Amino acid sequence: MRHTRLRPVAALAAGTLFGFGLALSGMLDPVRVQGFLDVFGAWDPSLAFVLGGAVAVAMAGMASIRRMSRPLLADRFHWPVNTRIDAPLVVGSAIFGLGWGLGGFCPGPAMASLSLGLTPTLAFVAFMLAGMVAHDRFLLGRLS
Amino acid sequence: MTSYLVSLLGGALIGLSCVILLMLNGRIAGVSGIVGKVVQGIDVWTNAAFVAGLLLGPVVYFAAFHHWPTVTVTASLPLIMLAGLLVGFGSRMGSGCTSGHGVMGLARLSPRSIAAVLTFLASGIAAVALLRGAFL
Repeated sequence: MRHTRLRPVAALAAGTLFGFGLALSGMLDPVRVQGFLDVFGAWDPSLAFVLGGAVAVAMAGMASIRRMSRPLLADRFHWPVNTRIDAPLVVGSAIFGLGWGLGGFCPGPAMASLSLGLTPTLAFVAFMLAGMVAHDRFLLGRLS
Repeated sequence: MTSYLVSLLGGALIGLSCVILLMLNGRIAGVSGIVGKVVQGIDVWTNAAFVAGLLLGPVVYFAAFHHWPTVTVTASLPLIMLAGLLVGFGSRMGSGCTSGHGVMGLARLSPRSIAAVLTFLASGIAAVALLRGAFL
């Protein structure tokens, strides 16, 4: 295995940049997130700029990544294997979106705002982890 | 207007983070997937390091601007708990969240991710409309 010890360092750097980007963009604020989803009410389009900026930079990066034979610190790129638009994808995404709208948090901002030490965020993350474990224990076990 | 530019810049840094993780480690920066791997004990050091970085991000923000980013939670605690459960369960079942599908998936023009994003945007909009009492 190549550069095994450097991979956590790269992950820490990427995670820090991600968390800082979330803080800067306003994504940590559930009110802003819900404002973005409130298209029938007082719509706040600012999060479209977050997504737009992120996708634009990621797309530009993808252009160079596609020319690389392998990543710098690993043997291969881990691309998602499933390419079918199947029922778990659609049902799961619908359930995810429901929670996203009700709470105003998705996993990235929820994790990042843990460092502010707010009770609602701690509760959200605890139940998010419980939801993940519940899925893996009960649903994944039955399907596979 | 300025807030839109700041949002755009913040988004660009998120995109850059995704590019760095893929270019160096060959991994898609999907937060639900990475958190899930820590829980499952897969490649723990690398995945936990990314999560530690996520928590460090707002601390760097505080060091730079001398105030914490705004986090205004209006939902009641039981609603927050329900929302957490749905987000955790749904992101695992749908193989991704706003980062994996929303940023990297869209950047790769993955049809699966485009379907996921359209679905969670629609149900997110429905959830907020429900909260605002649009269906009452």
